[in-house]
Amino acid sequence: MTIEDIQNEIIDEFSMFEDWEERYQYMIDLGKELPLINDQYKTDNNIIKGCQSKVWVHAEMKDNKLEFTADSDAIITKGIIAILIRTFSNQHPKDIIDADTSFIDEIGLKEHLSPTRANGLVSMVKQLKMYAIAYQTQLN
Amino acid sequence: MLNVEDIRKDFPILSRKVNGKPLVYFDNAATSQTPQQVIDAIVDYYSNYNANIHRGVHTLSQEATDLYELSRQKVQAHFNAKHSYEIIFTSGTTHSINLIANGFSSLLKKGDEIIVSALEHHSNIVPWQMLCERTGALLKVIPMNDDGELVMSEYDKLLSKNTKLVFTNHISNALGTINPIKYIIEEAHKVGAAVLIDGAQACPHIKPDVQALNVDFYVASAHKMCGPTGMGMLYGKEEWLNKLPPYQGGGEMIAEVSFEKTTYADLPHKFEAGTPNIAGGIVFGTAIDYMNSIGFDAIADYENELLEYGTQKLLEIEGLKIYGTSKHKTSVLSFNLEGIHPYDVGSILDKLGIAVRTGHHCAQPIMDYYKIPGTIRASFAFYNTKAEIDALVEGVKKAKMMLS
Repeated sequence: MTIEDIQNEIIDEFSMFEDWEERYQYMIDLGKELPLINDQYKTDNNIIKGCQSKVWVHAEMKDNKLEFTADSDAIITKGIIAILIRTFSNQHPKDIIDADTSFIDEIGLKEHLSPTRANGLVSMVKQLKMYAIAYQTQLN
Repeated sequence: MLNVEDIRKDFPILSRKVNGKPLVYFDNAATSQTPQQVIDAIVDYYSNYNANIHRGVHTLSQEATDLYELSRQKVQAHFNAKHSYEIIFTSGTTHSINLIANGFSSLLKKGDEIIVSALEHHSNIVPWQMLCERTGALLKVIPMNDDGELVMSEYDKLLSKNTKLVFTNHISNALGTINPIKYIIEEAHKVGAAVLIDGAQACPHIKPDVQALNVDFYVASAHKMCGPTGMGMLYGKEEWLNKLPPYQGGGEMIAEVSFEKTTYADLPHKFEAGTPNIAGGIVFGTAIDYMNSIGFDAIADYENELLEYGTQKLLEIEGLKIYGTSKHKTSVLSFNLEGIHPYDVGSILDKLGIAVRTGHHCAQPIMDYYKIPGTIRASFAFYNTKAEIDALVEGVKKAKMMLS
């Protein structure tokens, strides 16, 4: 599936929720699922420090596709990471570079991707793209 | 006894909704809300008096200058400074602190020591670290205990003839602890050190008397006292202000200028280079008048009542821990739910229209002490109500249910 297909799928899933409580409960449940990152990658090198919560990101290249794993110490942040990873992981670097994150607005979670939240997510999206640019350079 | 329902009518923002819910504003330690009287004074200034000050012979400039200087006198009276020229208008507490730190760079030498407290906001740590880097002076820290209080026996040990400056907040922004500044000042003076007190968190709750405290420098921000942002004050004893060199060069701070030599203006203008925040300066006085019309005794009594009520109600929630448990504190409740990240709780409270601060409150050393990533901080003002505290308690319970 392309990044856009996955994002549309997520928008469809979220359209079933009636209010913020259901959306948040879903995010929280996503956040509670298995660890999203192998503990060996939860290092200071991979950390993105927000004023509010911490985020760890790790990237690996497999068959010309980038695979991301990530984690956070806050559960709602982690839920949003799960959604971002679902759209960006297992994609070609070029597609990741070109992708946008406006679908987060459409599913009613815009506030979490606001720079004022300082939860590390804005920096995380930048970091995902940086990895994609770095690996794209290797492919060229 | 203050009438909170009447007071709330002064604050237009308190009747707005956030995310469809009535706003519950508990982020007063970050900034206070603005009463209509202050908003009107801003409009009045720009509608009737807007002119540059201290330099025009025309009527508008005279009137604006008079209002600006009248406000300085109000600030002087409020803090009980000996002279109005001991009050320097700044852009806020951070500016005030930097002005003093910069001034001390010409007074300190290698081996001198500066003592700061462990309860400081970042803005109180960084300027001194920079000053130490420039001068070779050493930074010493008064440690805190589990209740979030400064350990005075350790402070006594830190003081020596090398101590040149001691500096602490009057009240901690992260925990609300009221520090024993009278003792800190007296002991520092015994070794000949100057004392700077950051009153940013104290001034919304307490009316400090700088002469009774015998403090050398005292700084505060208008925006935490129902005033505008970008406006603050620095009190300095005349002898100290005369010792410090000017902070910035520019208009207004000079007496005579030639290319060979410039002589500086007298206090307070020596430290007020350029066109100041004129509206902010004038309205700072309005904000002080407003708070005094309610009365700081009435404010303290009422806020204590809110603090006691909030403490008791929050502690009824299982797994909730309050940080900062000193007997001497203002209406700040910093807390966490066991096993739950403060960001998650803050996000859900926001959805319920409740504004709290989450995170490390720019006081990372305190969070490191407690080994936590941050806290949820609810800080109450005199316009808050017990019903709003009930809404907070319900919100925290809901967040706990959703997140566990």
